[in-house]
Amino acid sequence: MTGPTESASPDLLIIGGGIHGCAAAFFAAKRGMSVTVLEKDSVARHASGVNAGGVRRLGRDFAEVPISVRSMEIWHEIGSLLDDETGFQIAPQIKVAENEAELAKLSERAEALEMQGFRHEVLLDRAQLRELLPAVADHAVGGLACLDDGFAQPFWATTAFRRKAEKLGARFIEHVAAERIEQDGTGWLVTTASGIIRASKLLVCAGAWSGALAAQLGEDAPVRGIAPLMIVTARLPHFCDAVVGAAGRPLSFKQMPNGTVVIGGGRRGIADPARNRSEILFSQLNLTAETAISLFPIMAEATIIRSWSGIEGCMPDEIPVIGPSKRHEGIFYAFGFSAHGFQLGPAVGETMSELIATGATQTDLTAFAIDRFENHRRSQGGQQ
Amino acid sequence: MSERSDIVIIGAGPAGMACAIEAAGKGLSAVVLDENPAPGGQIYRSVESVGQKRLDILGPDYAKGKALVSAFRETAGIDYRPCSTVWNIGSDRRVEFSQGGRSFGILAGSVVVATGALERPSPVPGWTLPGVTTVGALQILLKGSGVVYDDAVLVGAGPLLWLLAAQLVDAKTPPKAIVETTPPRHVLGLLPQLFGSLAAPGYLRKGLSMMRKVRRAGIPHHSGATNIRIEGDSQATAVRFESRGRSHHIASSTIALHQGVVPNQQITRLLQCDHFWDDSQKCFRPLLDERRQTSIQRVFVAGDGAGIEGAASAEMQGRLVGLLIAAEAGHVENERIDSLQSQLKREASVRPFLEKLYAPSSEVLSPADETIVCRCEEVSAGAIRKAVDDGAPGPNQVKSFLRTGMGPCQGRVCGLAVASVISQRTGKPPEDVDYYRIRPPLKPLQLSELAAYDGASPDKAVG
Repeated sequence: MTGPTESASPDLLIIGGGIHGCAAAFFAAKRGMSVTVLEKDSVARHASGVNAGGVRRLGRDFAEVPISVRSMEIWHEIGSLLDDETGFQIAPQIKVAENEAELAKLSERAEALEMQGFRHEVLLDRAQLRELLPAVADHAVGGLACLDDGFAQPFWATTAFRRKAEKLGARFIEHVAAERIEQDGTGWLVTTASGIIRASKLLVCAGAWSGALAAQLGEDAPVRGIAPLMIVTARLPHFCDAVVGAAGRPLSFKQMPNGTVVIGGGRRGIADPARNRSEILFSQLNLTAETAISLFPIMAEATIIRSWSGIEGCMPDEIPVIGPSKRHEGIFYAFGFSAHGFQLGPAVGETMSELIATGATQTDLTAFAIDRFENHRRSQGGQQ
Repeated sequence: MSERSDIVIIGAGPAGMACAIEAAGKGLSAVVLDENPAPGGQIYRSVESVGQKRLDILGPDYAKGKALVSAFRETAGIDYRPCSTVWNIGSDRRVEFSQGGRSFGILAGSVVVATGALERPSPVPGWTLPGVTTVGALQILLKGSGVVYDDAVLVGAGPLLWLLAAQLVDAKTPPKAIVETTPPRHVLGLLPQLFGSLAAPGYLRKGLSMMRKVRRAGIPHHSGATNIRIEGDSQATAVRFESRGRSHHIASSTIALHQGVVPNQQITRLLQCDHFWDDSQKCFRPLLDERRQTSIQRVFVAGDGAGIEGAASAEMQGRLVGLLIAAEAGHVENERIDSLQSQLKREASVRPFLEKLYAPSSEVLSPADETIVCRCEEVSAGAIRKAVDDGAPGPNQVKSFLRTGMGPCQGRVCGLAVASVISQRTGKPPEDVDYYRIRPPLKPLQLSELAAYDGASPDKAVG
């Protein structure tokens, strides 16, 4: 146990108490740093408390694959790592192909991934698909799967990182927003409504709210708030063990251990980060409902008892910003996970703590650089 | 293209009907959506169709509803849609509802929430057993179909307990007993409030006459009941309690619980209207301005959904909202508006007395650890207290930990009880503890119905 719990000027101040902030707090505290996490609402209030909970390597952007694979290793040990309940359980993640053309595309992807040395995605033929998904519709021809992916309870998992971080001395300040960030010698001053916090290093992982903080630091990160929609049904008899997506249309579908079915994927409501609000658009959800029923005919009988959405940060290229500031010493970022950041949380936390504590990391973060949009805009501007 | 209407009123009880009559009477288009097959709400349920015998049993205050319902039926321009379940309202005031297995959307110029009250949850040991119901549910059976049970024991607090008992006496199936949690001779301590309520003497007269009727019928009455516990394995068989230092056991297969009624907050919470905690009524109420508008523009509340004031007030509030909305469209009737407002003040004068007299029992506000609070997900008060101790500051975090309020009732039944347990455990007032964020759909919705819904009103879109 190191690090003072009531430190007025911690080694590291993390802005944002989502899974990335909490995981980074845990790994940094484990390395012996004194850590404070500043959260404007409550821990896991937004994306980390409301996402679908998929722990998925399947179908990731190639740039994310190494981090995702590392994160999966941590997920498989998460119970003993945190001594707490995260709801994690192994379940196959399957992307269903509804015609031969989709299956051919999935096959190409699996081959391309294998060329890079990753074998976690496997192609399923018609029979293999039915063995894993007995209730799938007749027209489905096959799929792509990660057999030892899984899912967890996002709120529990995020809270588990928080609790363990606290045990290691990290301090969490909730309902206090970071208002102003200023350089102070070699460190940083963060002004809040309840006082000023001084820290040597700063990690911004404030999801959809990160763009404004980065802008204060002179960095342009075009993150915008989105509100992915999810619906959950009343309990149904057990019929599905896997987490299911579709190759040709947006869908995320899983039956929880208690029998309820959580359906999401693709469709979005209205996000209003300025007011901390999001709104469900049922007129958008009809296609999600239709997709679920057409892939699993049993769903025609299901009743929806709840829907939800939370505000998530999305980047124009739908991959996150992860890494150091390009302008300032001691500033780091991890945000903009574009509705697929939950599974990455543990490895991003580990990587950031390594980078912040030692100044370097083995993980290749090139694709996630914060200045990639500046370069992009410059080149676009040049063409005009 | 979505259909549009100047006003969409949700609920066809006294408030909703009166609002529609006033608004449509001034030429505004008014759609009234109601879950029931006929107008009347809970208070005037089936008033059009019951025979003279049941009218006599239910009494003159119930029969009064006939005139209001006829006026509602006869007012031209009211687009009344029975059997319509509202399941969502968007921030653009698109009211989404289900009727006959299909979903429709109407864009409302103004939304009037007239969804009334719900019975306060009464979590006591055994309340989830079959055979345990609520006093309100028994009264609905009596109004709707004349069904009565001959061994009902009425347990709890509130005027409805006495009203139903009196009606059951008239129906010649008196309850087996009344078990009141209200302390005996409680009334003496309430003299100050009583004097305050003399502006509305009708309520007190009616209350006393109901009590006399029940007493004269020789129905056993216990007051100040504590340690209430319903017994039975697969079905309620008895209720056990203590009263005046003695332990009682009454065998019955029908136990009806009641602890007063509270505003149905589902819609105002869904719309994220501001709410405040009313410590006298021990419930949350939406914050309204002098026009009965919530903190959300063009969303109004009429009737008990804004705080419990009873059927007469609900009707006046409905009229007031209808007139105020019509006034904006140029149909100003200041005199009637002023007169309704002063009548409403008079009606409200009886509330402090009733609220003190029939305060909910502390046992239901703070159930024992082993008592189930969230029936759908079977979560006990003890589990909620533990979640609070583990760091969940409010109902939404407890919900994330324990799934409270996530079942088919969508938090309607347990919301207040959960908030109250958390408030006591944290020592924070209920207002600071907050309430569930209400997630649409407000009522379970078939996935196939959603798949067929496109946000429009298909009938009109075709035409």
